[in-house]
Amino acid sequence: MPAGFSRSDVEAIARLANLDLTDAELDLFARQLGDILAYANQVQSIDTTGVPPTASVVTRHDADRADEIVLGLDRPDALANAPDANREAGLFGVPRVLS
Amino acid sequence: MIGIGTIRDIRDAFRRGDRPAVEICEQAIARIDAQDPTLHAFNTVARDRALERAAAIDRNRSRWIDRPLAGVPVAVKDNLSVRGMRTTASSKILEQFVPPFDATAVERLEAAGAVIVGKTNCDEFAMGSSTENSAFGPTRNPWAIDRIPGGSSGGSAAAVASGMVPLALGSDTGGSIRQPAALCGIVGLKPTYGRVSRYGLLAFASSLDQVGPLARTVEDAAIALSVIAGPDVKDATSSRQPVADYAAALRGEAKGMRIGVPPKLVDEGVDPEVAAAFNAALDVLRENGASIVNIDLPYAAAAIPVYYLVATAEASSNLARYDGVRFGFRAMPEARRDDLKTMYAQTRARGFGAEVKRRIVLGTYVLSAGYYDAYYLKAQQVRTLIRRDYEHAFERVDVVAMPTSPIPAFKLGERSSDPLQMYLADVFTVSANLAGLPAVSIPCGFTANRLPVGLQLTGRLFDETTLLGIAHAYEQQTGWWKQEPPSGQTAA
Repeated sequence: MPAGFSRSDVEAIARLANLDLTDAELDLFARQLGDILAYANQVQSIDTTGVPPTASVVTRHDADRADEIVLGLDRPDALANAPDANREAGLFGVPRVLS
Repeated sequence: MIGIGTIRDIRDAFRRGDRPAVEICEQAIARIDAQDPTLHAFNTVARDRALERAAAIDRNRSRWIDRPLAGVPVAVKDNLSVRGMRTTASSKILEQFVPPFDATAVERLEAAGAVIVGKTNCDEFAMGSSTENSAFGPTRNPWAIDRIPGGSSGGSAAAVASGMVPLALGSDTGGSIRQPAALCGIVGLKPTYGRVSRYGLLAFASSLDQVGPLARTVEDAAIALSVIAGPDVKDATSSRQPVADYAAALRGEAKGMRIGVPPKLVDEGVDPEVAAAFNAALDVLRENGASIVNIDLPYAAAAIPVYYLVATAEASSNLARYDGVRFGFRAMPEARRDDLKTMYAQTRARGFGAEVKRRIVLGTYVLSAGYYDAYYLKAQQVRTLIRRDYEHAFERVDVVAMPTSPIPAFKLGERSSDPLQMYLADVFTVSANLAGLPAVSIPCGFTANRLPVGLQLTGRLFDETTLLGIAHAYEQQTGWWKQEPPSGQTAA
């Protein structure tokens, strides 16, 4: 396991998460996340040979509904909270991705 | 009567015809107006909507009179969607978000006759244990306004403790209902995972999140649970296990019950006054015919690291949806108008607060190539061992008892610079989420400074009946809930 968490580690991970961090945040998080991971490393000493992982405590999905089409949100409702929408055309606006 | 009274007080007065729903609602709003400028329990008070709804109930009394929450004012944590009511999760990124649908728990409250008076403050996206991580400022503890109310459902806890409302909904991912209930001297119930639909709850960690009630008494929490529980086609993890009439099942009896206590866990790092109140609570249960059984939960000590690895991994995925496109805040730096990636990264940088960013980074890290097996998979395996600990314990005991929080409410700002120290205080609450078990916090005394202490009981999967039964028996013997915080005594 890595002993610490460097500033550039934090920056690289934040980029994966589409998150800009300030210089002050990079310094602070490098220290704090280093502490948290050092603490979390105690799980490494637990023998888990042959132990299956728990992703969810639910083993039966007994509330699944029939596979039939039902109405969802109507278009005006779906667009109502968008910061940039073309409501007539029914489109979410984003910055240009092709030049 | 304490504050606005209990659900039972209010419902009975409405049914007898002594008090119309509008009068009850006006009292709730008057108490909010008197106390909320100090406490800041609410992000939004929906007074017109609430009064209209109360008037509609009064106009059609016969339709509502037999409903379990007829005319009862209720507050809803601001991470649960209410159609047409601003729902922010206490985040700048959702400051203007107005959901076009109701959470299922909210829909069921209203169908039961409840009147929603507003949305309560919380830690941003429910990430925190003090409500100091709200983008809109902290909530204060009604027992001592220089102290935190706990979190993340701190606004819900303060609203009930100060007698503004008899009932509030919260969400609990690692203790976020139980810990603020303990620190504010009220009852907080995290139901079994799957007992209550999560539809309309803004997701933090989907395998751990559960919606539940905060109330003044165990009976009130039981009434609320019967209303909100049950299967929902909109949440595939909701369960078809039958829903009991939890309130009708309360007997006030602990006789013959076996209560497990893990001495290794509870003897370490607990504030002496909390430990004294906890041990006195065990004595009360023993005097009432319960037996106290020592149990061992060998892996429970690892619950904190497991929780913070699993919860942040799930959070980093769930919070990817906040990108400034379909809803919420968008940052649009003029210089880079045509750069989509910059828009995402700036929106999230300016929209999220520090704790949310910290958890997104940690969660992204533990899921990243090269670290997934060492952290996330390992944590999920230890999660299995923690579940087995409880399965073994429940072969010998009916419930497991611990303090809810190892410390009473601390002062605002006292712990905010050290996130790890803050996480460690979740030691007694996170296991129930990892194992999916129901758990309740009930008041069990006060420190010398008049700060409330909570007793946590954890039960078997889907056995809220036994859990609430023992909690009710303890409450009947002690009556701690009848004490009123200083903030409420002078209010309307």
